[in-house]
Amino acid sequence: MAKIVVVTSGKGGVGKTTTSAAVGAGLAKAGHRTVLVDFDVGLRNLDLIMGCERRVVYDFINVINGEASLNQALIRDKRVDNLFILAASQTRDKDALTDEGVERVLTELSKDFDYIICDSPAGIERGALLAMYFADEAIIVTNPEVSSVRDSDRVLGILASKTRRAANGEPPVREQLLLTRYSPQRVLKGEMLSVEDVKEILAIDLLGVIPESQAVLNASNAGVPVILEDESDAGQAYQDAVARFLGEERPHRFLQIEKKGLFGRLFGG
Amino acid sequence: MSFFDYFRSQRKSTASVAKERLQIVVARERSTRGGPDYLPELQDEILKVIRRYVEVDQEAVQIQLDREGDCEVLELNITLPDRH
Repeated sequence: MAKIVVVTSGKGGVGKTTTSAAVGAGLAKAGHRTVLVDFDVGLRNLDLIMGCERRVVYDFINVINGEASLNQALIRDKRVDNLFILAASQTRDKDALTDEGVERVLTELSKDFDYIICDSPAGIERGALLAMYFADEAIIVTNPEVSSVRDSDRVLGILASKTRRAANGEPPVREQLLLTRYSPQRVLKGEMLSVEDVKEILAIDLLGVIPESQAVLNASNAGVPVILEDESDAGQAYQDAVARFLGEERPHRFLQIEKKGLFGRLFGG
Repeated sequence: MSFFDYFRSQRKSTASVAKERLQIVVARERSTRGGPDYLPELQDEILKVIRRYVEVDQEAVQIQLDREGDCEVLELNITLPDRH
């Protein structure tokens, strides 16, 4: 039986797809059979971030409608063993994603995989609610910024009340915070909410902090999950987060700015 | 923090303003969460009725739904302004 993990945030543009790609690649590298499922019907992007956009023949909706088998639709990653992608459809009909259809596909995937990563669309519409509904675990991607934190709190409310686990009276979905685009410099200047501030407001466990990094755009330009960029700060931060996700204890890095000399401290901003 | 920042830091930082605003809005949104969908509308209509008689602000009507065993308690808290 696979563990179903939803990557969600409410707000758009905070790094859900980047995180799905990184976490999926990290889990697969650790030897777990992992499938990434894009729930953003109409606006698929996971295929681009994973660099497999030219290999999409069949998608999630095709499988739900019985137009293709799962084996036909699953795209095997060429860099990481054990990693597969199920692309979203480009159809504009959002109702194509049916409750029974999604449940059937996830159940079938559960037989073959250890982890199913559901990349949620932004907002709290159908696709986002369905991505959350079947989850065992949730990674809440949040930027240290007011609208993102508020939306994350909304999403936490939905995870607590409108999921299969809540409906069946099972133990709640495990929720973990991933703070992205973090800038220790701006936190020090009092211009950005600190990791402690966000933790205090949302009151959930911290999975990791990903620093604001040029590596993320470079990786998405190339269609490579940033976690595979071993030299980059963001890549290493994602590696730590995946290790923590798998139960390892690792100290949080990239929370402090590098030490400046005396001159820099006197005159630097 | 640099030497010159000690003179600049009289104003409250924008991050602490953000934190305070978030704490207030999140607390308010959590208080109506999990309840039936009609709660915000109910709150709005009660407010309209009260405003026919006295001028009160948006925050004057607080609604909370508590669950005690099998029974749900709807708690209404209405703050009227001081009489002059």
